[in-house]
Amino acid sequence: MPVPLEASANPPTNAPLMDRFRTGYRWMLLARMTEEKIASLYRTGKIVGGVFLGKGQEALSTAVGMSLRKGDYLAPLIRDQAARMAFGEPLLDTLRTYMGVRSGPMRGRDGNIHRGRPSEGVLAMISHLGAMVPALAGVLMAHRFQGIQNTIGATCIGDGGTSTGAFHEGLNLAAVERLPMVVVVANNQYAYSTPNTRQFVCNDLVDKALGYGIDGHSADGTCLQSCLEVLQLAADRARSGHGPQLVVASLLRLTGHGEHDDGSYIDPLLRKTPVGRDCLKLAEEKLLANSWATPAEIALWHSETQQQIEDSVAVTLREPLPDPAHEDWCALSNRHLAEG
Amino acid sequence: MITYLEAIRAAQAKALRDDPRVYIYGQDVGAFGGAFKATKNLASEFPGRVLDSPLSEDAIIGSAIGAALAGMRPIVEMQFADFSTVGFNQIVNHAATLFWRTGHSCPVTIRLPSGGTAGAGPFHSQSLEALYAHYPGLVVLTPATVEDAYAMLLEAVAIDDPVIFCEHKYLYYHLKAAELPSEAMPVGKARVARHGRDATIVSYSAMLHEALAAAEELATEGWEVEVVDLRSVKPLDTDTVLASVARTGRLLAVGESFPWGGVTSEVLARVAAEGFDLLDAPPRRLNARDTPVPYHPNLWGTHRPTAVTIAGEARSLLNF
Repeated sequence: MPVPLEASANPPTNAPLMDRFRTGYRWMLLARMTEEKIASLYRTGKIVGGVFLGKGQEALSTAVGMSLRKGDYLAPLIRDQAARMAFGEPLLDTLRTYMGVRSGPMRGRDGNIHRGRPSEGVLAMISHLGAMVPALAGVLMAHRFQGIQNTIGATCIGDGGTSTGAFHEGLNLAAVERLPMVVVVANNQYAYSTPNTRQFVCNDLVDKALGYGIDGHSADGTCLQSCLEVLQLAADRARSGHGPQLVVASLLRLTGHGEHDDGSYIDPLLRKTPVGRDCLKLAEEKLLANSWATPAEIALWHSETQQQIEDSVAVTLREPLPDPAHEDWCALSNRHLAEG
Repeated sequence: MITYLEAIRAAQAKALRDDPRVYIYGQDVGAFGGAFKATKNLASEFPGRVLDSPLSEDAIIGSAIGAALAGMRPIVEMQFADFSTVGFNQIVNHAATLFWRTGHSCPVTIRLPSGGTAGAGPFHSQSLEALYAHYPGLVVLTPATVEDAYAMLLEAVAIDDPVIFCEHKYLYYHLKAAELPSEAMPVGKARVARHGRDATIVSYSAMLHEALAAAEELATEGWEVEVVDLRSVKPLDTDTVLASVARTGRLLAVGESFPWGGVTSEVLARVAAEGFDLLDAPPRRLNARDTPVPYHPNLWGTHRPTAVTIAGEARSLLNF
């Protein structure tokens, strides 16, 4: 029997690469297959709102989740199914939020990738890009005030998000306060349909680190090993007092912006370059080439993952939907101050 | 005598003293003590808890949100209310939505030095309470007295939800009280600041004092005008307003912010909807003019309502 896939059972950062790679592959697989199921539910009308998938970004996202420990904070963005799961977000949270059922963390009040459990270290993103950078900085300021040591935070953003004022303000503030924060940029070449040529003109986004006076790291976003190594280095440096760390990983979004978008604007030539490779396929090839897993083992991981997802979907489909007649329409926790 | 500004400073000192979760963050609030000195000496009295921020309104508020989620009670100062629009997104889309979305409350207090003073011009004079009151998930306070500035700021810090604290710059130095209050009316209750029987003027913040001066002038003409201080614009104490209109039959709502929509419109809409039969005359509202706030005192003095223009508007109402 394989080791159960639990974030609490992630191999420690000093474990052999093989162990971390095997676990990382399984998180990537769970994220990819979960999102394939979500896309299928969307197409059959079971999901009402938008569906935004992380296909092609699972290696990077997994490495972000695995670089964190219990007590750390994660502020994920829209393509971080893998980071969420590798940090400990239950599969049911994903499905319940997409389906909008009452039992989910967002109870039908918000959907899809906006889910979070702040009290468990996962911030609930808003759609306005860059906004989570200062929010995560605030969490880490709180930890400093409270004397909580050795915790870090990681947040993710795309190439487009680096153009926002909030990204700049948040990263600069984190640098001034020298906060233990890892900011991970998935440079997936497009912000919705806008290519990088219309987004920025610096040679490499990692050069921005110099301007903020912080460490910058580059990763091959298609390579799980590169992502694990770079994220671990960045997390270790943040944890050991070296201030914010900017990680920029090059990869290609292998899907549209959302499931409503066919991504027809993506240059087909890019898909044939190294940046366009599928990180999951590469990881599987590496497992086999290094004899870190057998074909039978990988096949078993696939079938078990599929079963886990089907079981969870079956649970979610039976759960009650939100009911406007019984909804608590109060936006304040101090009920007596609500206008109603 | 203690001023409105000193009351705000004293409330922050008390909050810092009483609650280790409180810290203050904003531009120039540290050793300098703030652009208006609302945090004077606090950085030295409470080392490490009163911090200068970069010039980054989005990040000031965004970081306060994160800190609140992690168990702190931040008080942030926008140097001028006008600059809070740079952090608007974090306030209305992030802080205000968190409890509804996640069930996790977000106890941040955002101080907005608000309103006009002579010579301050378009970008240092605005009153934005209506903008924030429009959004669900926020509490918006507009203290008009030294006592309320003190007590309501302490209550703002204690409230588990995000609070927009609109403190009026015009009142900072002019308004004085003998001592700080030991107890106060709770947030959400309006106050009858002057009793009368002929008409009701509803106001808040600095305009309350213009309304009281207008009532004084009208008294010399034999009119007894009641003046209601809303204290908080969200929640808005409709009951106290309706009770006053039930006594007087006439309503004038006065605000310093721009005329389209806003607090005065909301007051009129509620009274028209819930107390139409109480009215003996069409309700009226008086606001600033529909232009940016002007620089020169000659223009500024006629841009916003004053005791003179309020009294004139009230006479039209009384003579209807």
